Amino acid sequence: MAKILLEMKNITKTFPGVKALDNVNLEVEQGEIHALVGENGAGKSTLMNVLSGIHPYGSYTGDIIYEDEICKFNKISDSEEKGIVIIHQELALVPYMTIAENMYLGNELGSKMSIDWDETYKAADGYLKTVGLKEPADTLIKDIGVGKQQLVEIAKALAKKAKLLILDEPTASLNEDDSQALLDLLLKFKAEGMTSIIISHKLNEIAYVADKITILRDGSTIETLDKNTDEITEDRIIKGMVGRELVDRFPKRPHTKSQEAALSVENWNVYHPLYSERKVVDNVSFHVNKGEVIGICGLMGAGRTELAMSIFGKSYGVNISGTLKIQGEKVKLNHVKDAIKHKLAYVTEDRKGNGLILSNPIKTNTTLAKMEAVSKRMIIDKDKEYLVADEYRKKLNTKCPTVNQNVENLSGGNQQKVLLAKWMFAEPEILILDEPTRGIDVGAKYEIYCIINELVAEGKSIIMVSSELPEVLGMSDRIYIMNEGRMVGELSAHEATQEKIMASILKSDKGV
Amino acid sequence: MENKVKVYEVLKKYTMVLVLFIVVILFTVNTGGKMLLPQNVNNLIAQNAYVFILATGMLFCILTGGNIDLSVGSVVCFVGAIGGTLMITMGVNPYLSMVAMLVVGALVGAMQGFWIAYVRIPPFIVTLAGMLVFRGLSNTVLKGMTLSPIPDSFLRLFNTYVPDFFGMEGFNLTCFLVGILVCLIYVATTLMGYRRKKQKGYRVDSLKSIVAKMVLICAVVIFFMFKLAQYKGIPNALIWVAVIIAIYSYISSKTTIGRYFYAVGGNEKATRLSGIDTNKIFFLAYLNMGILAAVAGMVTVARLNSANPTAGNSYEMDAIGACFIGGASAYGGTGTVPGVIVGATLMGVLNLGMSIMGVDQNLQKVVKGIVLVAAVIFDVVSKRKSFIVKQ
Repeated sequence: MAKILLEMKNITKTFPGVKALDNVNLEVEQGEIHALVGENGAGKSTLMNVLSGIHPYGSYTGDIIYEDEICKFNKISDSEEKGIVIIHQELALVPYMTIAENMYLGNELGSKMSIDWDETYKAADGYLKTVGLKEPADTLIKDIGVGKQQLVEIAKALAKKAKLLILDEPTASLNEDDSQALLDLLLKFKAEGMTSIIISHKLNEIAYVADKITILRDGSTIETLDKNTDEITEDRIIKGMVGRELVDRFPKRPHTKSQEAALSVENWNVYHPLYSERKVVDNVSFHVNKGEVIGICGLMGAGRTELAMSIFGKSYGVNISGTLKIQGEKVKLNHVKDAIKHKLAYVTEDRKGNGLILSNPIKTNTTLAKMEAVSKRMIIDKDKEYLVADEYRKKLNTKCPTVNQNVENLSGGNQQKVLLAKWMFAEPEILILDEPTRGIDVGAKYEIYCIINELVAEGKSIIMVSSELPEVLGMSDRIYIMNEGRMVGELSAHEATQEKIMASILKSDKGV
Repeated sequence: MENKVKVYEVLKKYTMVLVLFIVVILFTVNTGGKMLLPQNVNNLIAQNAYVFILATGMLFCILTGGNIDLSVGSVVCFVGAIGGTLMITMGVNPYLSMVAMLVVGALVGAMQGFWIAYVRIPPFIVTLAGMLVFRGLSNTVLKGMTLSPIPDSFLRLFNTYVPDFFGMEGFNLTCFLVGILVCLIYVATTLMGYRRKKQKGYRVDSLKSIVAKMVLICAVVIFFMFKLAQYKGIPNALIWVAVIIAIYSYISSKTTIGRYFYAVGGNEKATRLSGIDTNKIFFLAYLNMGILAAVAGMVTVARLNSANPTAGNSYEMDAIGACFIGGASAYGGTGTVPGVIVGATLMGVLNLGMSIMGVDQNLQKVVKGIVLVAAVIFDVVSKRKSFIVKQ
């Protein structure tokens, strides 16, 4: 047996009112990739925050034993000194600084009064090479993509002389290619003796890289699976996470689709709002029938969100051209208001940034897109508003004390439900759902799928934009594939497979 | 345990009200009761009418995302200068002049609103420029001189008192009865609302807390009106202030347009994607600020009985301070008109109390500054668990 690098023993951490961690045990061996999985709120991030000193020694009980000594970290720099480096889910890079400046932020080379920039750039270039990034270290962060930014984060961790690398959802915002590259990089590091802990929702990735998997549920350790002794499959992990067997990750629905087109788009072109010579959506045509779910998949930056938003009252892009028909009628939607009037709804991928007003209660968020329905001559009937919001709370099974609660205090899954409620209340016939299950746990995902099925059962149409192929395959009646602003394929549900989808993306890449 | 949490929550919600009470009591004790003499209560309104009016408008700007309007002091002065010139130099009818003043205020607001809302120039810069421009223009319009006196028919609208219909010696019964009437209407509507909600099966607050709040508010109103009745009755300025507060309080809490201000301040993108014209909301905030600055300009002209080029100096700071003390968030999206009333009253009470006590002008500024920052610190810290933000 290899040497144990890190052992967390009986860690218990309470926040006012909740026990976030309850006697959690974690053992990480030298040179392995250890995955930490669990539903949202299971305590993964809290555990890592305890480890890195964000929750200082004394605010939890239990012991952290690292390299055979008990550690008492009071702040992040204490743990970093020991070589424990955490890379958070939200990238922590300053856009208008160079790669090298970012890498050595707070860890500058040279003396306090005089930074040694030559050494900084030289060292940075070295680490960038290790992570396989070809950009020179004086490139500004804002000029490189998210995938590369993630690599910069890793280079930054290496620059801190990391011995134990902790990655919190490293591939959450990456496309398939970048994710794959990142995972391979982790495997390469492992071969060189690096130890990593990876937190992820993407079970296929975990099955790919992890040697051991520790499953957390409701703040307790459930079990640790070992690649060598246990059979690791996605279903096996899910079973541990939710505590029951999810026989069907996607609920079945009867065939509801009709042949009547609810929305159709022909020869749709959209240009970038800032660089107006750049075509973001290129001659796209597609349609969705009544009672049908269509999936639009593709890599990050394929133009899916841009397509969806440009249809939704031209909320993205300039020089938009093409024909848009709703219920067979040619329409021009110049504002979001027109789109809502034509019973179109767009549920954004960015629920915190573009979807919800976090500082407002659930009830006002629910009615925001259709306030006419709870007001008379511009005067709001607050009692009615409360009832409406409460009705949707029950209908969607949103977990909250009351609808007077501010949205910022809800978990991701419940926020998503509020966002869905908001657009369902607008009584649309066609809903565009952009990444409807991003960053929410398996249980909540299932509930969202059920809601989608209920909506199509009522004869509504769903356009689902998603990066998660299993979800697109599991939920759609028809699948469109987008790449570099163009529609490059259309598959019916029964003929589509992950391989076929990836194949049409790759084929279209070659065609350029 | 449960009760303790509740008491804490209530205290947190009404801290500023509590602080206001304590400050009033402190001043009353320290001034040997002079603070609550009828004339001083009257002065509280007369001297601070402009703060209430401007702070109400400022709240809507702040709601849209912590945006402040630095130009209001200068606009108050500019509108006063135009009004004074029209009435005194040109002899225009005072009522017509008032309309002109409102129009000027609206134009100023519309212009600044246009730059802020549609061209997206940061409000701080647009209104900083406005502050300089309108202060300068006021001087130009008045040629650096003070115009006075203002015609009586204009002064009457702001400076006199509602006549007494009973003619009792030393006590304005009309004023007192109005106070009681206001309370009765308030109690009746509250109880009717409670019953209606109950009948329809809506959620209601406990009757005990409703009654407690009602008793407290009625006691304050009646005490206040009793004091005014002992002096000269209801000052006209109070009516202006009350009407403006009532209108804006209603708009902010009950109407869809009011809701949009909160939504824009909370998350502009989400609001735009909900089909709401967010540019218009920004525009309206500043347009409205211009109009209310004009009203405050009239009040100021009347109070000073002159139009002079230094009027309205640093009024913007009083208004902004009142909003933040009253619990408006410096990031936008939260804040209420009743909160602002409390904030403005607190500012007024501090001004008045310290003046009566004869505190040095400079020291007064120090105290006001400390109160402002203390209020905001309290507001920010009470919303989270720890005092110092953990890195």
